Amino acid sequence: MKYDIVIIGGGPAGLAAAVAAYDAGSRSILILERDDKLGGILNQCIHNGFGLHTFKEELTGPEYAERFIDQVIERGIEYKLLTMVLAISGDKVITAMNKIDGLFTIEAGAIVLAMGCRERSRGALNIPGFRPAGIYSAGTAQRLVNMEGYMPGRKVVILGSGDIGLIMARRMTLEGAKVQVVAELMPYSGGLKRNIVQCLDDFGIPLKLSHTVVNIEGKERVSGVTIARVDDKNKPIPGTEEHYDCDTLLLSVGLIPENELSRGMGVEINPVTNGPRVNESLETSIPGVFAAGNVLHVHDLVDYVSEEAASAGRAAVAFVEAGGREEARNEIPITFEGGPRYTVPVAIDPKFVGDSLTIRFRVGGVMRDRRVKLILDGDEVVKRRRQVMAPGEMEEIKLTRDMLDKHPDLKTIHIKVEEA
Amino acid sequence: MEKINLTCINCPLGCPVQVTMDGGEIVEITGYTCPRGEQYARKEVTNPTRIVTSSVLVYGSQSGAVTVSCKTKSDVPKGKIFDVVAALKGVALPAPVHTGDVVVSNVAGTGVDMIATKTVK
Amino acid sequence: MYDIIIIGAGVTGCAVARFLSRYKAKVCVVERCEDVCCGTSKANSAIVHAGFDAEHGTLMAKMNLQGNLMMPQLAKDLDFAFIQNGSLVVCMSEDDLPRLQKLYENGVANGVEQLEIVDSKRLHELEPNVSSEAVAALWAPTGGIVCPFGYTIALAENANANGVEFKFNTEVKGLSRNENGWAVQTNNGILDTRYVVNAAGLYSDVFHNMVSAKKIHITPRRGDYCLLDRTTGDFVKHTIFQLPGKLGKGVLVSPTVHGNTIVGPTAIDIEDREGVNTTAAGLDDLISKAGTTVDGLPIRQVITSFAGLRAHEDHHEFVLGEVEDAPQFIDCAGIESPGLTSAPAIGVAISDLLRDLMGLEPNPDFIPTRKGILDPKTLSPEEYDELIRRDPTYAQVICRCETVTEGEIIDAIRRPLGAKSLDGVKRRTRAGMGRCQAGFCSPRVMEILARELGVDQSEITKSGGDSKLITGRLKDRI
Repeated sequence: MKYDIVIIGGGPAGLAAAVAAYDAGSRSILILERDDKLGGILNQCIHNGFGLHTFKEELTGPEYAERFIDQVIERGIEYKLLTMVLAISGDKVITAMNKIDGLFTIEAGAIVLAMGCRERSRGALNIPGFRPAGIYSAGTAQRLVNMEGYMPGRKVVILGSGDIGLIMARRMTLEGAKVQVVAELMPYSGGLKRNIVQCLDDFGIPLKLSHTVVNIEGKERVSGVTIARVDDKNKPIPGTEEHYDCDTLLLSVGLIPENELSRGMGVEINPVTNGPRVNESLETSIPGVFAAGNVLHVHDLVDYVSEEAASAGRAAVAFVEAGGREEARNEIPITFEGGPRYTVPVAIDPKFVGDSLTIRFRVGGVMRDRRVKLILDGDEVVKRRRQVMAPGEMEEIKLTRDMLDKHPDLKTIHIKVEEA
Repeated sequence: MEKINLTCINCPLGCPVQVTMDGGEIVEITGYTCPRGEQYARKEVTNPTRIVTSSVLVYGSQSGAVTVSCKTKSDVPKGKIFDVVAALKGVALPAPVHTGDVVVSNVAGTGVDMIATKTVK
Repeated sequence: MYDIIIIGAGVTGCAVARFLSRYKAKVCVVERCEDVCCGTSKANSAIVHAGFDAEHGTLMAKMNLQGNLMMPQLAKDLDFAFIQNGSLVVCMSEDDLPRLQKLYENGVANGVEQLEIVDSKRLHELEPNVSSEAVAALWAPTGGIVCPFGYTIALAENANANGVEFKFNTEVKGLSRNENGWAVQTNNGILDTRYVVNAAGLYSDVFHNMVSAKKIHITPRRGDYCLLDRTTGDFVKHTIFQLPGKLGKGVLVSPTVHGNTIVGPTAIDIEDREGVNTTAAGLDDLISKAGTTVDGLPIRQVITSFAGLRAHEDHHEFVLGEVEDAPQFIDCAGIESPGLTSAPAIGVAISDLLRDLMGLEPNPDFIPTRKGILDPKTLSPEEYDELIRRDPTYAQVICRCETVTEGEIIDAIRRPLGAKSLDGVKRRTRAGMGRCQAGFCSPRVMEILARELGVDQSEITKSGGDSKLITGRLKDRI
């Protein structure tokens, strides 16, 4: 098998990349999806709040996915379901398998990595205690409830205030469970304000910031959980323990881009995001291999995933149309200070930037009254006041063609966050 | 006089907004830092509404699906959330179900239909 | 009426059962849990010790060496994962060199071959990530690593194939003498038998003390462990020990047969024989100690932590053989490290003892080999493709982290003594053992288990008993 563009993953990123690649002129596109339907994790995100930016209306996850799936089908873009990619070689040969084709290989002109992310587990946090049934990541519980129709528990404690955890607090409550508390290690929530109000406050569920789980009880099924306040080094403070009888502990403690395939093929990974290092074309360290969506960096809103993935799809087409060979590149690294933990992309070659380029980043802590500046060779081309910036929300800054044209011999691109 | 504490949801700032009420009348709103905050508080104390999402059972699905997700077609009063979900108890639809199909009409007397948000074949 | 009842389906009980199945006898293993390998055997360092550590002249030393020598062939016969990666006992100070020398001499006296004391230079050639401060090490090429689940399950399956019966969820409540031997009272009724083998691990003193006036005492000694992601699998090639101290062999850092890195154990004496909970203090202690023998341990790559209990007998010695004042009652008690290594030797010793005591005849139908669950990752692409054509379930990946297919999970459930729970599937196939710790695959494995066992998903447990994963249907209580 041979395709110009192969997209690994049929979730929101993969779908948007495919549609954009088609609209940019490619007619040789294949999406590989491991699940039995397109749409990825959106299929189990049955709550509303998706698509305000993209469709100017508030959709549920499955509805948002369906809009893109319809576009894929209308365009006749090929896809294979229940297909697992086992490995990708550095020269873009994909080994995959499914029940129909068996074990097979695909030669790709360009690849878009769109594998999404996974949840951090209890193990990664080293939470002490027993290891009984009843400890679920929020996403696993979400699947059991929303896809399988089962209740994973009745009396619930949630660790972590990520959005999935908040959404599940409401969902379980509405299904008759008692959600007793949400404990959050950090002094701020990682979730959207809206979810804190509508998923916790609406139901009187307390959110305890700077708290963590210090013990899990129950030899067979969870029977209780102890939480405690933590100090500024995130260490539990003795004497602050509170015990909750419960049968379930849900964890919503972070998402990690799923880059096993990327690592296997030799793509360079940014240790801050756990996603590939990409340039302005969302191209990884391997020419012709692009990345978008949560595999690149964890997003807050799916709308941004779609937008980013569409750029990756178009860039993949451009790569194929250029005959797969890149001109000599002159990449300028993006430097930053005062708040950002990373930027996507990490570097820019100005000659490959179209009308504009969105630079995305997240900050490391809650910050108030800041000014965000984009500085090209000392020239402050963007200056924006931000009342508040929080790690839970992705920031973006737009670099335009005009700005670049005014600096033909550009040497430095710098983002500065400072007190306003 | 009654004081109601709210958190504005319009942006990450999450301003703590306090509304002073006197017999159903708003006397004072404080704590907001932009006009959207005031509007939000006004709506939350006079007529708070929410979209409710849930899922109901399906049977006879070719794909093996056992549930289909659904939502209220528009906002319903916040006080009706539990009634809406309770009205879905025991509801089971034959497949196929298409996005937008009515799952329960006028759910819990809200005047709003519960509609499917997924296509299950 | 059984000839022999073995109490406990851990590695010792299963090894005794397997080697007993070489003889004609009606043997039954009774196990209070739902599966084999649910106690000490499942939560340990997974090391096949070379045999230099146990004090010369003890049963422990003898069984360790014999077990080590048997392991390569046994792993081939029974198709379980075993790698002879070699061990290094790292000496961190010139002052400790005499203790290292003593360890070497003890090993030589025990009969351990190829032992060698290596200097710092050679040590760092062998193992670049060993602490730059290490001055020397005891190098034991015959040390190895094993999959403790695969190994115990292999012994049990082979025993079962050769006629040994297994009764799970069967807890022994009491033992009384009758005319032929023993009446074994269980929660599933009374079982009559001529001989009893006590392989009850942490409870082996309880059963011993039921029948003998000469009491023994077991202390549960807890060991906390951290397991690191497979991306760390080449951090060390050998098993790196600290020079042993009073409470055992110290904290080791070792690769596992599946390419993870294991760090542990602590040694904390406790009261509760079920106290397999990790504690914050234990994990902190572990992490601080683990870094002493190696440089740059990637401890942040931890994917899970767990605790196991060692059945520490007061004299730190295996208690093996017929109990003096309780004829027809055979002890395999106090089996702590190096118990995993010693199990085959104990199996041979106890089965031969029973042969002699009972006059058992060889089993002419004995099959010495067993095939494990087919891991398609070991096939060539052509063979794998062929397998999928024959059985398409091998194309359906269920556990993404460890690339475990539906075909493997179905095999794990359908084979004799098959998996009945999530943990049962996990230990047989590694589904759920990877970096996401079953987050993704557990609902899918639950579905397969329910389908294969013909029960509703709400019946599926994590590990038997009351470890139910689901508490009901949506809206059933509103």
